[in-house]
Amino acid sequence: MEPFHTHTGILAPIPRANIDTDAIIPKQFLKRIERSGFGSFLFYDWRFQSDGTPIPDFVLNQAPYSSASILVAGPNFGCGSSREHAPWALLDYGFHVIIASSFADIFYNNCFKNGVLPITLPETDVEALLAQAQAQPGFTATVDLREQTVTTASGQSVHFAVDPYRKMCLLEGLDDIGLTLRHAAQIDEYEKTAPFAVAHA
Amino acid sequence: MARPQTLIDKIWDAHVVREQAGEPTLLYIDLHLVHEVTSPQAFEGLRTSGRKVRRPDLTYATVDHNVPTTDRALPITDPISKQQIDTLRANCEAFGIPLADIHSRDQGVVHVIGPELGLTLPGKTIVCGDSHTSTHGAFGALAFGIGTSEVEHVLATECLQQTRPKTMEVFVFGQLPSGVTAKDLILGLIAKYGTAFGTGYVIEYRGPAIVALSMEERMTVCNMSIEAGARAGLIAPDDTTFAYLQGRRHAPQGADFEAAKQRWRQLCTDADAAFDARIEFDAQTLVPQVTWGTSPGMGADVTGRVPDPAQMADPVARRSAELALAYMGLTAGTPMQEIRIDRVFIGSCTNGRIEDLRAAAKVVQGKTIASHVKAMVVPGSHLVKEQAEREGLHDIFVQAGFEWREPGCSMCLAMNPDVLAPGERCASTSNRNFEGRQGRDGRTHLVSPAMAAAAAIAGHFVDTRQLA
Ligand code: SF4
Repeated sequence: MEPFHTHTGILAPIPRANIDTDAIIPKQFLKRIERSGFGSFLFYDWRFQSDGTPIPDFVLNQAPYSSASILVAGPNFGCGSSREHAPWALLDYGFHVIIASSFADIFYNNCFKNGVLPITLPETDVEALLAQAQAQPGFTATVDLREQTVTTASGQSVHFAVDPYRKMCLLEGLDDIGLTLRHAAQIDEYEKTAPFAVAHA
Repeated sequence: MARPQTLIDKIWDAHVVREQAGEPTLLYIDLHLVHEVTSPQAFEGLRTSGRKVRRPDLTYATVDHNVPTTDRALPITDPISKQQIDTLRANCEAFGIPLADIHSRDQGVVHVIGPELGLTLPGKTIVCGDSHTSTHGAFGALAFGIGTSEVEHVLATECLQQTRPKTMEVFVFGQLPSGVTAKDLILGLIAKYGTAFGTGYVIEYRGPAIVALSMEERMTVCNMSIEAGARAGLIAPDDTTFAYLQGRRHAPQGADFEAAKQRWRQLCTDADAAFDARIEFDAQTLVPQVTWGTSPGMGADVTGRVPDPAQMADPVARRSAELALAYMGLTAGTPMQEIRIDRVFIGSCTNGRIEDLRAAAKVVQGKTIASHVKAMVVPGSHLVKEQAEREGLHDIFVQAGFEWREPGCSMCLAMNPDVLAPGERCASTSNRNFEGRQGRDGRTHLVSPAMAAAAAIAGHFVDTRQLA
């Protein structure tokens, strides 16, 4: 996983509540055997007509929003099924940060496992970001994970909370696996007895 | 004296590799079951980071979710299903993982084959990229479902980062009345306490009604712990457990088995150990269950009626019930036994084992399914299928008009060609009745195998207690 320190990018506003993982990545795309390549299907039913032609009204079909990397959305983002394809699709499209006033639990966890930073801000701050991003296409912000701040191009800065353990993992670019492997010696030690493990042929 | 502990805590403590304040616990995993749908990206992740599978000898794979249940000699027609199956085969070869492949005698639904091969043992931590991994808790194992990143994590490290779960005792007193099954017990529990009573907990099922259950019945109960919101459910191992395990292929053999048994006997909740929560349930008054809605908690006694949303005080419950009745095409007040069905599915990791097929066959014997019903039996595994055929159960089913299929998940999730048509109503022995679960606009009623079989014969739901 790439370390995450700071990130500057264009904000894409999707001012809807309860954006579910079915909307993020519809189920017809779940049969792929890769983790990559889901970006073209991100928000598929909102982005494309059934014949595959883009829907011009949708924000990600409009420049410069189409090259946004920070998504700002309504509350309860990522509800629905546990599919990890949702953060995969967001990251593959180019989103590194998702800002909302609340997130569904499993989606929130899945983001950290994939190097995407979900930021929870008070409703009023999210509303302000949505308004600015809508009023000024190409409006940017910088996210500093170490300082736990979001600073907009217009100079306002807000602080956000994040679990220290998860923060450390992201800062060091450690996926959980990398982190666990640091304790390989302890795993080796455990395996010397491993009272309930029974190797099969 | 040591502090009294619950079984859940004992298993947890025996698997702590590392514990550090401010960090999740590193928990050792004894058995990792793998299937074709949630694993390809995990293996891809290992490849891109140049990692190996730490313990292929604690990992075991099979194909179940996507496999066709018709003639296996024919090629798989869905190219995407075929690709997922081929990919698992290639990954197992590359990483040295044993695989019960589509033509293997050991193939079957992952939660059916784990126990029958003796892979599932008391005290183990068991994971699989599938939420019904809770099934294995029937043996006194701590078994739960994980996501694809966690599948990769376990493949690479044989560990998981976890926080200690809260513990809940579900105490079932009395005994199941005759004609009432383990499926009715778990459906009844969820109907009474809702689909979220177990959220955040691991459940230990206890009490005389639980102790009296066979291993397969215990699996049915633990299987649906996830429908109660719990990540895992378990039952302390006892002589019933040991008798089931003795002689299973991957279980300890001979003197090793006797030694293991002594260790397994320690796996119980100490007297006076405290659970974080406790509920009680009376088995005695239980009646065969049928779900009427689109959540496993929307269940009723077979002697009851479809509920009236207007009578529901809670506005959220009322709205959900209204939507469910609209989707299910049901009218409030309809007696459950007047609901006519079109399809019957007997199978899945909840009810696809030999005892389930025996119970269904007993109802079906010498009868014929209703002329408007299409019914199928999908054994949970090849070994179940072989056993059933040795006992002549397949003849009973086929003569009655059932289709007798090859093992797999089949119409439990309808990822393979076994799908309900829009509007079709199905009596199903599986575990989820969500909208679209068995096919777009298909209508699922969850029942026990005997109830499903009886519905196939009558063409509508009937009270199986009256059949004896
Ligand atoms: S039978 Fe159904 S619930 Fe069980 S593993 Fe297969 S799809 Fe999941």
